[in-house]
This record gives sequence, C-alpha cells and structure tokens, in this order.
Amino acid sequence: MSIGESSTPLGKVRGLGSAQHGGEHWLTERVTSIALLLLGTWLLASLLLLPKLDYRTLVEWLRAPSGAIPMTLFVIIGFKHALDGVKVTLDDYVHDEGPRFAWNTLLLFLAVGGGAIALYAIARIAFGAVA
Amino acid sequence: MAVSILHRATGIALSFAGLGILAWWLFAIASGPDAYATFTKAATHPLGLVVLVGLTWSFFQHLLSGIRHLVMDTGAAFELGINKTFAILTIVGSVLLTAAVWFYFLGVAK
Repeated sequence: MSIGESSTPLGKVRGLGSAQHGGEHWLTERVTSIALLLLGTWLLASLLLLPKLDYRTLVEWLRAPSGAIPMTLFVIIGFKHALDGVKVTLDDYVHDEGPRFAWNTLLLFLAVGGGAIALYAIARIAFGAVA
Repeated sequence: MAVSILHRATGIALSFAGLGILAWWLFAIASGPDAYATFTKAATHPLGLVVLVGLTWSFFQHLLSGIRHLVMDTGAAFELGINKTFAILTIVGSVLLTAAVWFYFLGVAK
C-alpha cells in the first residue's frame, strides 16, 4: 500500500484519500453543485423571461441588484465548482507528482483569471460605468 | 456507466467552453454596444449556435446526472433496474429540455 492509500475509512477522511487532503474537497463539490442547481435555473429562467436579448435589455438587467447579485454568485460558485470538478478528473489521470502540480497550478490560474474577468465585467455594469 | 462518463465530459465542456463564453459575454456587455455586437455575431453564426445548443444540452445533462449522483451519494438508487432507468431518464430529460429551450429562443425570435 503506497502513501495516499489507507485501509480504514477514518484514515481516508483524515487526509489520506487519493488527493491527500481528505473529504473536504468532495463535500465542497456537492455543496456548490446544489447552489448551482438554483443559480443555473435562475440564469436560464432569466434569459428566457427577458423580453429581448439585446444590449440595452441586458445592461439594465445586470445593473439591477436582482441581476448583478445572483450573477456574481453564479460566477464565483461556478468557477469554484468547475475548478474542483476538473481537478478531480486531472488527478485521476495524471499520477506523477510534478506534472500533476503543474497542471493543477495552470487550472487554478485559469479559473481565478476567468472568474476575475467575469466579476470585473459585472461590477463595471452594476456600478454604472456602462452607458 | 455511460452517463457517469457523460457527467465528466459535459462538466469539462461547461468548465472551459461554457465559463469561457460566459466571461466573454459579460465582458462584451461591459465593453459597450460594439463589443456586444461582435459577440452576437459570433453567437448567432451557425457554428456559434451549434456550440450554444451543445452547451445547453451539456448544462441539462450535467444538472440531471448531477442530481442522480447526489441521490446515489445518499446510498439510494443503486438497484440495477432503478439505476438504469434513472440514467436513461437523465438523457431523455436533457434532450427534451434542450429542445424546449431552443424552440422557445428561436420560436419567440428574440
């Protein structure tokens, strides 16, 4: 049995699972999925219910708190959930420590960078910097 | 098992293409009417529509198989018959929901 494997459930949850940090990541993925179930339904329903999807309508929609706040939550939780999910897939296929660290770092940068762009855009619209 | 693989595949599609397009879309709105026009032009191009329909299906498939996994996390629905029915229902559901959404979008002609 190599490091990272444990024969007992207790050993696994105390940080010796395949990702070496226990059950927290697993649980976070599930909690964010429930949030995204609600927020994703909100986003889709909003897009379907908006009278038009033209520029003006979208700016007014995202300028109002009822649009800007859930969209902010969707972006933060969505990028977090995506990062967690892709990481699990990555960890399943990349076994060597070095490449695994490199890919995970790249993923983290992509998620944080993408999230920052999206959040900046929402803030710009919500705080009225867009005509 | 196929549905479990679909869950990963659609999750990866949503993570990269889905969130990438979401960020582009928001940034385009924040950048003004011209940038948004560029986005709309790409999005309504036949190829753009294929991508968006694909992502809509991925969204519903991932959502429904995600619910299935949450149910299975509680230890339920492992019986072979129920499990298989549930898996097939996620595919039927995702296809029907995607069709409904796009009939609405294109039919109501926004």
